[in-house]
Amino acid sequence: MSRILAVMEPAGAGWHRMSFEALAGALELARATGSEVTVCAPGSAQAAGEFASFDVSEVVALEHEALGAYAADAWVEALLQVIRGRQPEWVVLPHTYQTRDFAPALAARMDRTLMGDSTGFAMEDGAPVFERPMFQGKLVGRFVFETPGPNFVSFQAGAFRAAQAAGGSAPVHVFRPVLDGAAIRQRPEAPFREAAQAVDLSAAERIVAVGRGIQEEANLELARELASALGAELAASRPICDNGWLPMERQVGSSGQTVAPKLYVALGISGAIQHIVGMKGSGCIVAINRDPKAPIFEIADYALVGDLFEITPAIIEELRKGAG
Amino acid sequence: MKILVALKQVPARDLPVVADSARTWIDESGLTYEMNEPDAYALEAALRLKEAEGGEVIAVSCGPERVQAVLREALAKGADRAIHIAVDGEAARGTDPSATARLLEMAAREEQPELILTGLQSDDTGSGQTGVILAARLGWPHATLVVAIEPSAGEVRVKRELEAGWFQHVTLPLPAVLTVQSGISRLRYATLMGIKKAKTKEIRRVEAPAEALAAGLRLKQLAEPRRQRETQFLEGSPAEQAAQLVEKLRFEARVL
Ligand SMILES: Cc1cc2nc3c(=O)[nH]c(=O)nc-3n(C[C@H](O)[C@H](O)[C@H](O)COP(=O)(O)OP(=O)(O)OC[C@H]3O[C@@H](n4cnc5c(N)ncnc54)[C@H](O)[C@@H]3O)c2cc1C
Ligand SMILES: Nc1ncnc2c1ncn2[C@@H]1O[C@H](COP(=O)(O)O)[C@@H](O)[C@H]1O
Repeated sequence: MSRILAVMEPAGAGWHRMSFEALAGALELARATGSEVTVCAPGSAQAAGEFASFDVSEVVALEHEALGAYAADAWVEALLQVIRGRQPEWVVLPHTYQTRDFAPALAARMDRTLMGDSTGFAMEDGAPVFERPMFQGKLVGRFVFETPGPNFVSFQAGAFRAAQAAGGSAPVHVFRPVLDGAAIRQRPEAPFREAAQAVDLSAAERIVAVGRGIQEEANLELARELASALGAELAASRPICDNGWLPMERQVGSSGQTVAPKLYVALGISGAIQHIVGMKGSGCIVAINRDPKAPIFEIADYALVGDLFEITPAIIEELRKGAG
Repeated sequence: MKILVALKQVPARDLPVVADSARTWIDESGLTYEMNEPDAYALEAALRLKEAEGGEVIAVSCGPERVQAVLREALAKGADRAIHIAVDGEAARGTDPSATARLLEMAAREEQPELILTGLQSDDTGSGQTGVILAARLGWPHATLVVAIEPSAGEVRVKRELEAGWFQHVTLPLPAVLTVQSGISRLRYATLMGIKKAKTKEIRRVEAPAEALAAGLRLKQLAEPRRQRETQFLEGSPAEQAAQLVEKLRFEARVL
C-alpha cells in the first residue's frame, strides 16, 4: 500500500493547530488514493504518541536536539532522511510560516516542486488535482503533478476540519536523524513580540477594517467615524500597517491578529487569503468594495458594491438617524 | 556588498483578472503591468545596503520583453545594472516556481553575488517559493519573511516575521538568499535624475535555455472562486444601500 507522510509542527508544549488540519487532509488523500498515513512528528516519543490514536498506520517521533529551535537546514536534512527511509508517495504539511520557510527547499532537494497553500483537492482521471488561490484570490489554480512520488503538498488553514482521534493505537517509532551541527547554517534566536499590545482585537465585538481602498492616510478619519458610529474597533489590512498609517497591532490576518467579532466591516479590502484567514470566523461580514469580483465578497454576508467614499458617509448618516 | 535582486513584473493590482476562453491562463489583453510589491521592498533593501556598505546592486527579471520596464525602474531608483532573462509563453508564467528558480540560478552562478534578495511572494501566481528553491539549488542558506537586514563580516543577521505578531532574529553565513516581506522600509521614488541616468545603464539580455524550463507542477485549469457564504448584494444608490444595510444589521443579523 502506498504511503502518505504527514509532517506535524510542534508549537509550545503541543502542536500547531494547523497540524491537525493537515493530518485531516492527509487522511482524505489516503482515502482517495488508497494509501495509509504515517505521521512524522518532530519531538519526543511521548509527545508524538498523541497521534497514535488517530486513524494512521504509524507514528514516527523525529528526535534530535537540533530540531528544538527551528532552523531550516536541520528540518530539511532530518525530513530528507525520513522520506528516504519511508519512501512515501505523498508528503503533506500544514501551510504555516515555518513550512513556507523550509518545504520548498525540501522538495527541491528531491527535484520536486511543492504544491503550497492548497485549499483542497479533487480526484480527476485517478489523480488528485490540487487547488490554491491565485491572482490575489481572484481565481483558483487547479494543479497536477507531472512528477512521480514523492510529491509535496501543504494545506492552507481552513482547508480541512481538524482531524479527531479515532481510538486507534498505531505503533510509535523513534527515528533519530544524523545531523551535523556544522551543516546547520541558520543560527536562530528566541522568538519575541514587539512592545506589549495595547489593543486586543480578538475581544472586540465589532470591527471596522480598512484596506488600501482608503487611498490616503487622511481618509482614515472616515473609517474612524464609521467605527465610532458602530461602536467598533478600527483594524486594517497589511498595506495600511506597512505604510505606518495604523500600528501593526491593528493588522488582521496571518501575520497579525485573528479575530472573530459579531460584526466585521471590510472597507476597501480585496480579500487576499492571508487577510481572510484572520477574520473569516466573524459572525456577520459586511464588505464594501467597488470591484464586484473582489474575493472578499465570497465570504461576505452583505455585499455593497460601490465607492466606499459614497457608501460609508451614507451608512454613518443612517446610523445617526436611528440613534437620534 | 554585491547584491542580486530578483524582480517580477505582475499585472497591475487594481485591474480585473479573468481566465481566457480555454481556462488554462488569464486573458492578457488589456492588462497593464507593474513591479511585484514585495520585490519593490527587496529592491529598496538592496539599495539601502549598498548605500550603507558600498557595493553593487544588480536587478534580474525573467519574462517577455515587457519585463524590461521593471528593470528600467530599478535602474532609475539606483540599481547599477540589470539582467533580462528572456523567456516567453507558458514557461514565463511562473506556475512552477522551480522553473523560474533555475533561470535565476543561471544568473547567480554567473554573477556570484554575496546576497540574493527576492520578494516573499508574487502577487499573480503567488507560489511564495522561488527564493527558497533558488537557495536549495545553489546550496546556499536562506531565510524567508525577512523584515530587517544587518550585515556584518561574512554574515547577515535578519529579523524574520513569524505568525500572529511574533518575530525572530536569525544569523546566516554569506552568500545567502533572503526573501523580503513587504513593509521592510519606506519605498523611494525614482528621481528625474535617476530616470535620466537609467537610460545609460546596461540591461543585458540572455536567452533562457530550453532545458531550464521543464515543469513538475502543471497548472491544469483556472476556476472561479467558490462562494463560501450566502451573500446578499444590496442594490441601489449609496443611500439606499446604506439604509438596507443598517436595517439588516439591526433586524436580520442583530449585531447592532
Ligand atoms: C506571508 C504573507 C503574510 C501576509 N499577512 C497579511 C496579514 O496578516 N494581513 C493582511 O491583510 N494581509 C497580509 N498579507 C498581504 C495580502 O496578501 C494582501 O496583499 C493584502 O491583504 C491586500 O490588502 P488590501 O486588500 O487592503 O489591498 P488590495 O489588495 O490592494 O485591495 C484594495 C481593494 O480596495 C478596493 N477599492 C479601491 N478603491 C476603492 C473605493 N474607492 N471604494 C471601494 N473599494 C475600493 C479595490 O477594488 C480592492 O479590492 C500577507 C501576505 C503574505 C505573502
Ligand atoms: N519571473 C521572475 N523574474 C524575476 N524574479 C522572479 C520571477 N518570478 C519570481 N521571482 C522572484 O521570486 C519571488 C517569489 O515569487 P513566487 O515564488 O512566484 O511567489 C518574487 O517576489 C520575485 O522576487
